[in-house]
Amino acid sequence: MTFATTLSQQTRRWGLRLALLATAFGLTGCGYNDFQRQDEQVKSGWAEVLNQYQRRSDLIPNIVASVKGEASFEQDTLTKVIEARSRATSINATPELVNNPEAFEKFQKAQGELTGALSRLMVVSEQYPSLKANAAFQDLRVQLEGTENRITVARNRYIKDVQAYNVLTRSFPTNLTAMIFSYSVKPSFTVQNEAQISVPPTVSFDKPAAPARAASK
Amino acid sequence: MRAGLLTLALLWAALAGPSAWAQDVLPVPALSGRVIDQTATLSEAQRAALDAKLAAFEAQAGPQIVVLLVPATAPEDITSYAQRVADSWKIGRKQVGDGLLLLVAKNDRAVRIEVAKALEGAVPDLAARQIIDRAIVPAFRANDYAGGLDAAVDMLIARIRGEGLPMPEARGGSGARNAAQGVPLEQLGLFIFVGVVAVGGLLSAVLGRKVGSTLAAVAAGGAAWWLGTGLLIALGAAFAAVLVVGVVGVGNVLQLLIMMSGRGGGGGMGGGGGGGGGFSSGGGGDFGGGGASGRW
Repeated sequence: MTFATTLSQQTRRWGLRLALLATAFGLTGCGYNDFQRQDEQVKSGWAEVLNQYQRRSDLIPNIVASVKGEASFEQDTLTKVIEARSRATSINATPELVNNPEAFEKFQKAQGELTGALSRLMVVSEQYPSLKANAAFQDLRVQLEGTENRITVARNRYIKDVQAYNVLTRSFPTNLTAMIFSYSVKPSFTVQNEAQISVPPTVSFDKPAAPARAASK
Repeated sequence: MRAGLLTLALLWAALAGPSAWAQDVLPVPALSGRVIDQTATLSEAQRAALDAKLAAFEAQAGPQIVVLLVPATAPEDITSYAQRVADSWKIGRKQVGDGLLLLVAKNDRAVRIEVAKALEGAVPDLAARQIIDRAIVPAFRANDYAGGLDAAVDMLIARIRGEGLPMPEARGGSGARNAAQGVPLEQLGLFIFVGVVAVGGLLSAVLGRKVGSTLAAVAAGGAAWWLGTGLLIALGAAFAAVLVVGVVGVGNVLQLLIMMSGRGGGGGMGGGGGGGGGFSSGGGGDFGGGGASGRW
């Protein structure tokens, strides 16, 4: 009787200790749930980046149309914007792009070129008084400014999301989980023209805008 | 180009840590009121009047508007600084996220209206720009800062009023507070249950049943409290802990009472978080870069 009570108490205690251990492991765990959460976070961050790039892409036809009304407008600048836009939109930007570093690089490059062409267009448009007085064009300008700003914010958030995800992927012990479930490091936005920004910009008074001004974002 | 540099700056900041970050850029001021004037431009009466107008609007309709005047934003441009301030303050109600920041950099002669995502429909970029162009720029050029801000706030309020946002909820109810904190009850219940069985079992095995169940109850109540539930829920959790551990040990009514009185003191303190005359951020504003900047 006494022996049986002691035994049952002991088994209960051991059972409770095991339950405690299991809970501790279940809570801290192998990071599997963290991967799920961070992966989704990166995906939604990327969707927001795409969303804002799309918003810019949708604005461009209107900008081009109102600039075209200016008879003497620099055709070269305008053509570059149109070409850069068609190159950027020809890339099929899917959410899965974040898992493919090469496609990501290509997408980033195309959008960077478009940023450069657009900012040059905006600088050049400053020289046309009739465009400056054109309310519709000024409205488009404000919208483009807001969109570029949103792109910057979305990109910064994406960079932070990817950073958290990549740290999880590469640090111990969650890197084992990453190996087992084949989660790999995701690409992030980088400076595209590293060589260019490491030299001081050349300031030229011959041309309306220095090349560095038109450099990609 | 700017984003590229920003990326570098971010990477650098991540490496160097927050202390180095804070030295180089203008720090985000503490959210001490609805109108924060670091330039001593507004008189106390003007500041109080604007503050009262914003407070009345928040009490009546819900959205949080904050006006911040700084001398200059160097080395950042006003856009980056506004974004950083907005991200740090997160003004706007928790569940609606309706915040708006009106930032003036006086010596830069620059102004920005930073709009949270929830208000981008009410105040799109173009509207923000129009408000800057029509209300702020002419008044600021004439050195009438208070008048410009007042007119801008009026226009912003008029736009936001037409948006049909949810009405502000009555403050103080424990149920409302729980909902505002956003802790799902089911999750909490599961957490408490599992945690109490494991921790309580171990504690009563090591320390004996009385002490063990008391500690488990305090821990459960404390955990529930720490997770931001109301007083009732925290007490319920503690009570449930005593019951659950009591199956193993002995639920002592006296201990429960002692424990309840202890919890009661803590509960009174945390309940006044958002109420009263003070102003605090709702913490729900998500600023995605909407709004417009202008110069005068």
